[in-house]
Amino acid sequence: MEQEKKYPSWQNYQKNIADDHYYYAHSCIRQTFFPGSEAALLNILRNELDKDVFDDPKHTSCNGIGYHSDIVPLQTIMTVVARQFALMTEAGYKNLLASCVTSFGVYNEMLHMWEHHPETLEKTRDYLWKATKREFNLPENVNHTSDVIYKFRKDIFSRAKYSLVHKNNEQPLRIAEHVGCHYAKIFPEKGVGGAEFPRVLTDMIECWGGEVVDYPERRHCCGFGFRQYIIRENRGYSVANTRKKMESLAPYKPDMILANCPGCSMFMDKWQYTIGEMEGKTYGSDGRGIPVLTYEELAGLVLGYDPWDLGLQMHQVDAEPLLKKMGIEYSPAKKYLNAEGKYIGKPMVPHFCSL
Amino acid sequence: MDYFELLEKDIRFTDGLKSCMSCGVCTAICPAAEFNDYEPRKMMIRVQKRNEEDLVDLLKSDTIWNCGQCMSCKTRCPRENTPGMVIQSLRKVSQETGLFIHSKKGMQQLAIKRSIGANIRELGFCVHPDRILPETHPEQGPVWEWIYENRKDVYERLGTNIYREGSGALRKIDEESLQELRNIYAETGGDTLFQLIEYYTSE
Repeated sequence: MEQEKKYPSWQNYQKNIADDHYYYAHSCIRQTFFPGSEAALLNILRNELDKDVFDDPKHTSCNGIGYHSDIVPLQTIMTVVARQFALMTEAGYKNLLASCVTSFGVYNEMLHMWEHHPETLEKTRDYLWKATKREFNLPENVNHTSDVIYKFRKDIFSRAKYSLVHKNNEQPLRIAEHVGCHYAKIFPEKGVGGAEFPRVLTDMIECWGGEVVDYPERRHCCGFGFRQYIIRENRGYSVANTRKKMESLAPYKPDMILANCPGCSMFMDKWQYTIGEMEGKTYGSDGRGIPVLTYEELAGLVLGYDPWDLGLQMHQVDAEPLLKKMGIEYSPAKKYLNAEGKYIGKPMVPHFCSL
Repeated sequence: MDYFELLEKDIRFTDGLKSCMSCGVCTAICPAAEFNDYEPRKMMIRVQKRNEEDLVDLLKSDTIWNCGQCMSCKTRCPRENTPGMVIQSLRKVSQETGLFIHSKKGMQQLAIKRSIGANIRELGFCVHPDRILPETHPEQGPVWEWIYENRKDVYERLGTNIYREGSGALRKIDEESLQELRNIYAETGGDTLFQLIEYYTSE
């Protein structure tokens, strides 16, 4: 968020985002459902912005999904987090860059507990030493990947090939945003704009030419719920929450949805299919689904990257109507090719709805 | 057994329940309260009353398994309580004492342990494309089915390092790192919790 001189109280909603030298931590969900976004992030930071990012093969999952579904004890995840910090320390980095909103929440939670209960930090150091013979320093700066795209949004736009403007009428594209719960609801001071006024996505949208669509359930959870999705018979909870959001935002006729959490992005995409099959209902003003993009996918499109390099073919809701609105030149024929350029077949179409 | 003593050993319990005035803001904001027979406000009152018999009933109930851990309650509570963290401590004690097997929802922990838990121990990831089977995830739709069936082609096309060691998305975690992860589980009680979940649910 830009420094606001006029109203000092806005200082509480600012966040220090490191400028360079990031230790990157992959996300289990993101690399599974949005691998193109992880690749685009590294490409944008390293090749467009000339930043140093270390991708360490030794780090593992933060174990956050297991923790929030209660099969991983607190001391266990604390020590797993400590191991990530030890690897970062050994590599000579101080700025942690988390690719996942769940991980971002977990890292901040452990740091908060260590600060307020210092005995838990000492205990964790002992456990880590016993288990791995490693030691660690605390990170100086913890960021989510959406923080750095937010920070460099103007640099990205200075290299833009396209903007978030409808090519036919020059009107800004209407974009509904969704910020993942664990980005700022647990520790508001760790997110850009806090939990009340999150600017992390809205400033990207406005900077790149789009218009932010407000809607009543903007801050409602996507419905992941950890155990409420993992267990099949609980998934009614998960789809009901996304349905609540879709019903709330659809009347405002957004051209797309932008989310900063890999789980939220995946659920808001996939549950549109499920709702379509269950109720025959779609939410887009064109009778189709509403495309849900990650912030790197959107940044990548603005920069002129090939949509299929970004992984848009992995979305259940087809993003091609959005590409056409933006006037993006792309090849539909390349959508289902592998790395060698060979056609690998295409998905079946849904039974009851056109997405 | 003093169940409150067990709860108070967990800093998520002592940090999460300072003093509840029962205003109900947590219930108003709670997605789980909207779709399930669950009210975080009522749960907080029951715990705050410190009635051991009622606590045992709560630990045996479906109630504590309804929370989705979105933590919206943390932002909103005017007393800086966090019902979502109290839930974490209740679930911990319920599993450690075996009371969770009295709840249908509690028994679901076995499936989570055998899926997410197995993924962590075997792959070093909570989630992996190989473990999201289209037949158990019909809600993922036909595009996921296509990805799953062509996953090597799809993920290599997108620049991942799937099935190979080294850096990159979906890389195969090296055996030394996996062993360190397993050592952490052995030292910190992760293995013990897995064993307790198996033990109690097999009874």
